[in-house]
Amino acid sequence: MTTSDLTHVELRRGTYYDSVTLMQVSQRVARADGVAAAQVAMATELNVEVLRGMGFPVPDEAAPNDLVIAVRAESAAGSAGIEAGLAAVDEALTATRSTTSGGAGGFGSAPPPRTVGAAVRTGAASIAVISVPGQHAVTETYDAIAAGVSVMLFSDNVSVADEIALKDAAAAADVLVMGPDCGTAMVGGVALGFANVVRGGGIGLVAASGTGAQQVMCLLDVAGLGVSHCLGVGGRDLKAAVGGRSTRQALTALAADPDTSHVLVVSKPPDEAVLTAMRAYAGELGLDVAWAILGEGRDDLTTSVEGFLRGLGHEVPSWPSAVAPDPAPDLPRGGSLRGLFCGGTLADEAMFLAAAELGAIRSNIAHENDLLLGPALTDAGHLVIDFGDDGMTQGRAHPMIDPSLRMERIAAEALDPTCGVLLLDLVLGYGSHPDPAEDLAHAIASAQATAREAGRSLPVVVSLTGTDGDPQNATRTMSKLHAAGASVFVSNRDATRHALSSLRSHS
Amino acid sequence: MTTPLRGLLDRDVVAATAGVGLFAEALRDQAVPVTETEWAPPMAGTEADLATVMADRRRVEANALAFARMTAAEAKLVDVRPAAQALSLERGTFLHAGPPLEWARASGPMRGALIGAVLLEGLADTPEQAEEQLAAGHYTLEPCHHRDAVGPMAGVVSPSMWMYELRDDVHDNTSWCSLNEGLGKVLRYGAYGPEVIDRLHWMTRVLGPLLQQSVRASGPFDIKSIIAQMLQMGDEGHNRNRAGSLMLLRELLPGLITADAPSADIAEVVRFSGANEHFFLNLGMPACKLATLAAHNIPGCTIVTTMARNGTDFGIRVSGAGEEWFVGPANTPEGLFLGSFGPEDANPDIGDSAITETGGIGGFAMAAAPAIVKFVGGDVPFALEATQRMYGITEGEHTAYTVPILEFRGTPTGIDVTKVVRTGILPQINTGMAGAVAGVGQVGAGLVTPPVQCFPAALASLARRAEL
Repeated sequence: MTTSDLTHVELRRGTYYDSVTLMQVSQRVARADGVAAAQVAMATELNVEVLRGMGFPVPDEAAPNDLVIAVRAESAAGSAGIEAGLAAVDEALTATRSTTSGGAGGFGSAPPPRTVGAAVRTGAASIAVISVPGQHAVTETYDAIAAGVSVMLFSDNVSVADEIALKDAAAAADVLVMGPDCGTAMVGGVALGFANVVRGGGIGLVAASGTGAQQVMCLLDVAGLGVSHCLGVGGRDLKAAVGGRSTRQALTALAADPDTSHVLVVSKPPDEAVLTAMRAYAGELGLDVAWAILGEGRDDLTTSVEGFLRGLGHEVPSWPSAVAPDPAPDLPRGGSLRGLFCGGTLADEAMFLAAAELGAIRSNIAHENDLLLGPALTDAGHLVIDFGDDGMTQGRAHPMIDPSLRMERIAAEALDPTCGVLLLDLVLGYGSHPDPAEDLAHAIASAQATAREAGRSLPVVVSLTGTDGDPQNATRTMSKLHAAGASVFVSNRDATRHALSSLRSHS
Repeated sequence: MTTPLRGLLDRDVVAATAGVGLFAEALRDQAVPVTETEWAPPMAGTEADLATVMADRRRVEANALAFARMTAAEAKLVDVRPAAQALSLERGTFLHAGPPLEWARASGPMRGALIGAVLLEGLADTPEQAEEQLAAGHYTLEPCHHRDAVGPMAGVVSPSMWMYELRDDVHDNTSWCSLNEGLGKVLRYGAYGPEVIDRLHWMTRVLGPLLQQSVRASGPFDIKSIIAQMLQMGDEGHNRNRAGSLMLLRELLPGLITADAPSADIAEVVRFSGANEHFFLNLGMPACKLATLAAHNIPGCTIVTTMARNGTDFGIRVSGAGEEWFVGPANTPEGLFLGSFGPEDANPDIGDSAITETGGIGGFAMAAAPAIVKFVGGDVPFALEATQRMYGITEGEHTAYTVPILEFRGTPTGIDVTKVVRTGILPQINTGMAGAVAGVGQVGAGLVTPPVQCFPAALASLARRAEL
């Protein structure tokens, strides 16, 4: 432990909290009276770097399984600030324990399960939801498979080789691995991970894309159609290496499901041979399958859903939107598109649509190497950034939970004269931030004000994936963002098109 | 017709979660029953080995087979014979507890016991002479476990000592253990004074042959059945053996009474055995040895089949890693002390008796023996909690050994290396404490765990042997 007058750094061994919980704890401690800065985090390499960057002397012996508590007092408060901070740490940590663990104590009560297999057996579970850090996810997933349940594997940073081996083990046990990096699934009307509250119905989804599936489900909901199940398969399932291993199992299961009348497969750009094989397999099952597949020369998701609706003889509705006027019509604008996304598929789709009109778009998830952004993620040209990509989430929570990185970037774009339009996504539903509109509306309004002060107009477009059944309510969220100055669209295609038209109207 | 994915799409969702707490909250908000894993990262640096071992395609079936064999193993007391006959133990060879050990690294009680055994065999006239011979390497030292035998505390066995012989006909295995000397100043705690050696001579001359007559006349005796009963009578089979000892005596009595021996000898054998609360320990141990022996050497199996200490090192062996020992420095138990002894008098952990925990009793059955806390320390809720914690690191629940207060749940059985490494939960061992100085004897009893490094080392070996 090191304590100077104003700075306190302490390691605690043998205690572990997930990154989301610790983020909440840190925020609570930072708000305590007399505390200037505070960070409570597991001592991962990344976190130690962040802490040292904040000026906290983290001892070299800190290991990834240690908890670091770092508190800096305001100079006026002195040691009282540190004491207040540490009291807030203990209070916040105690509060998390009492809600998360099944309640220890009492006369010889059973300790809570410590492995996912034990949790499955204790609760007679039918499914395991695994979101431990990636390097530990393989072990937990094998354990769940051995316990005889399907797995929703939210964790990312799992290798392709491990993914293949896990999926083979799962198939042998007749269970499904949904993932890795699977953000969204719905089984029997229950949302797993990030998912929107949509009406029940006969459409079964197989999704090699999390936010893509959410977008499709929300559009179907607007159209009045309901979903039976949405089986996630992980974003790489239809790539050549994985070969559609989980998709095959998911199609088989949906074919046998009496509640499912039609199947829609949603995927990021797949391998052509795998896609052909999956089409053939669906044919063997006698299954009526529609495909909402992103990629060069293919339809976007909204257009695919429209085609699907027409194929069913169902009316195509007008997708909800709220268009805002130009925030500063008299002022000039920058010429570049800046897409800042939390949803990978939404980012991908925006990129495909924009590239058709704008040409080269640089991105951290670009499909061509020469368009890949460097680690600084900056460029004067058109950019689309996926803040939820593996490379951005090591050691921190997904931006749909912790939006701070993107918030910082929105503020930075407001100051960038090359930024001509901001295209943002906002995904509602279970798992997402409980009230994201408030902070985002504030960020949008202040970005536009900053740009105006700098003598620029900065139109902001939001792609809003959500339903009115969601805890955050899509209509209310839309009004709030619209009132702040943004144009809002439930269709990501329409949002992207609107952003492009903003650029055009300027040039 | 079977529905695909084990009926996943047909049944109501019941979830287990590991990781971010808000996913569990989101499920609870939808009225889904959720069991949250209190997950923490595994022991440092084990991620890659864990992923490899978990992926070993033989693991799940191998562990299930090991568990089935462990719980199906029989344990019948079939004979009592001198070690020279039973184990073909050569003059000049001495067995000891724990992993392999050389004299130079032996602790006080181990040295004391070896000195006593040399004196018993008549190989030296004085303790000093015995010590010189041992230090000069005149004798061969070998772990009991290498001959399928077990010995409590120092566990020293010499050719003239009599051994219980137990059989598991299901798996065709035999195991052996020496006869218990009682408490106080005894060889197994490193005492070697004249009264210790005299008692050992009496055991060789009177006790052993009489027990042999009894077992041969009215045996074999079902030791496994006695263990099952004693757990329902407040024993845990390692540090509390009162009910087991009386039940064993009940089995032996008819054969003793009718034995061909002077009635004074028979009376003394009955008195000696009846006065010894740990008389049964030396039968519970080889019974557990038979169980773990049946589970040993299954390729891909991650179940621990030996935990043993020699007073210097703690060693484990694992079913899927053959005869390899994974050792670390033995911890010193914490607990309660006899008389004026204190923590500074205690030797590091010693004895093969942790075979009981390896077999699913002892510390793992502590909930069955709440009275034990008066002997080893802790309180009753701790005893109940200890057993339940062990379910987190074991393959299954014993089919014969059950704990009444846990609604007759089977004892946690079959320590899984992967679960120990993943949870950081170490096996709970109840044990006696030997004095650190040779000749002192028992100084207390308490609780101890293996040194943590045994488990990552075993895991690394399993990872090298993995078939993917």
